[in-house]
Amino acid sequence: MTNQEKKALAVMACKVRMGVIESTHGAKAGHPGGSLSAADMFTYLYNKEMRIDPANPKAEGRDRFVLSKGHTAPGLYSTLANRGFFPVEDLPTLRHIDSYLQGHPNMVTVPGVDMSTGSLGQGVSVAAGMAKAAKFQQRDVNVYTLLGDGEIAEGEVWEAFLFAAHYKLDNFCAIIDLNGLQIDGRTCDVMNTAPVSDKMAAFGFNVIEIDGHSFDDMEAAFAAFKACEGKPTAILMKTTKGKGVSYMTNSVDWHGKAPNDAEYEVAMGELRAQLAELEAANE
Amino acid sequence: MSEIKKVATRESYGKALVELGKEHEDVVVLDADLAAATKTSTFRKAFPERHFDCGIAECNMIAAAAGMSTMGLVPFASSFAMFAAGRAFEQVRNSIGYPQLNVKIGATHGGISVGEDGASHQCCEDFALMRSIPGMVVLCPSDDVEARAAVKAAYYHQGPVYLRFGRLAIPVFHDEETFKFEIGKGEQLTEGSDIAIIATGLMVDEARKAAEALKAEGIAARVINICTIKPLDEEIILKAAKECGKVITCEEHSIIGGLGEAVAALLAEKHPTIMRRIGVNDEFGHSGPAWDLLKQFGLSAENIANVAREMLK
Repeated sequence: MTNQEKKALAVMACKVRMGVIESTHGAKAGHPGGSLSAADMFTYLYNKEMRIDPANPKAEGRDRFVLSKGHTAPGLYSTLANRGFFPVEDLPTLRHIDSYLQGHPNMVTVPGVDMSTGSLGQGVSVAAGMAKAAKFQQRDVNVYTLLGDGEIAEGEVWEAFLFAAHYKLDNFCAIIDLNGLQIDGRTCDVMNTAPVSDKMAAFGFNVIEIDGHSFDDMEAAFAAFKACEGKPTAILMKTTKGKGVSYMTNSVDWHGKAPNDAEYEVAMGELRAQLAELEAANE
Repeated sequence: MSEIKKVATRESYGKALVELGKEHEDVVVLDADLAAATKTSTFRKAFPERHFDCGIAECNMIAAAAGMSTMGLVPFASSFAMFAAGRAFEQVRNSIGYPQLNVKIGATHGGISVGEDGASHQCCEDFALMRSIPGMVVLCPSDDVEARAAVKAAYYHQGPVYLRFGRLAIPVFHDEETFKFEIGKGEQLTEGSDIAIIATGLMVDEARKAAEALKAEGIAARVINICTIKPLDEEIILKAAKECGKVITCEEHSIIGGLGEAVAALLAEKHPTIMRRIGVNDEFGHSGPAWDLLKQFGLSAENIANVAREMLK
């Protein structure tokens, strides 16, 4: 990846974060924290990694993405909008009555959403089913799913991991966002899921640990995913919840709360400054 | 009199899957370590590459089936009714129902006729659970002929379908040569306008027998087979209510949330009619031979006839 490409991704990730703030502010609700922690990953997936076409969101041969941690819909929606699946201007209608941007991902109404999710633990099973189907159909389709570290307390997640390993789904990539926080507090205090790496290895996964804000790490991890044969891949990414907005950074309060008007101005001001800096560095 | 042929509708399910599998390459079957009991083993034998065992993990199986359907396959996901509709209810609701995915749920071992396994496995709540999901079609065939037809109709229906089959071998009364099945259509089995007996599943044959006994006493009962519990055939039920004036519903399910309540709700709103619900009376089942249990819980021709006589007094 060239420096130019990396900077383009960083610019895009900043725009994705701005969309998260725009949409949750417009909704007066929603989940900015986990959307921001995964913003770099969303950006990389939809702008570098996945074979998708915004002009043809249902293209048969496309790669699939399932947002198992569905509450971070603002992050996914902003990524899709910035990638051209639908107008960025629609983001503030998130959660509004009659808006197609439902509070949690809706595959029926939102272009580019491959599966309706929101009830934690189910998306990963759906993704595993997609990967198994692609194998059965002998189609070259990779399936990516993003989970939260709080989410993996759901028993179904481990059923899905057993299934993916049992059927040797090497086209299946489970990305776990280890931001360390969930609604009720720190994940290690609410229900400790660590050590995730050992668990995934024991479940038969090709385990890759990365910095979830490093595009270089992502490039290497996805290359390793595609090179791996006979077993599914788990990318464990350490992230900072709320990254990009000073007062949301590592704050459990911002898991599921929207910025008010004053907070919105502060957040957008910070992100605009970051964007200006990135764009200046681009020249 | 020749011996009446008896077949469990789970057997019919396995056979129909094989027939569908021969015709359609997109048919795949998922099971959760119960293939021998649900009879998807019949399909597995014919098409091993299209049968995916998911292990004892029904929630994952249901959601994985949802994922497969988004890839253009037509998955039939199978387990006992208790686990397919009960344990995995929320997966059915959120991962199949809400996104309107084309998944068929083949649930066997419905009702108390599971028998010796006892209450933990005797699902009498599946109609209630599945009916409550928007867009879900709920089918409960009454014999082998109808069960095989229902499986095929479910394949051709675009959208989620819940099919309930039984463990117990039950009489086959439909004539395969002439039988026509359509989702959403009830079937009138006898003429009569003294009382209407509306039944589903294995209770349909009991209702037929009850009507025969009543006929000997000069009572003409109209027996209606309702395989499609949702969407309900309102026309045939309203007509029966208007022409008979009294209605009995019969189902191997709790009287709460099943066929009886569906009929009661329809009649209460459109044609209030005196009615009685025969079903499991808000209690758990227990172990025992299936036919003995059915008798004990009042799910028998004798009880249906008695209720009819009582209502006609």
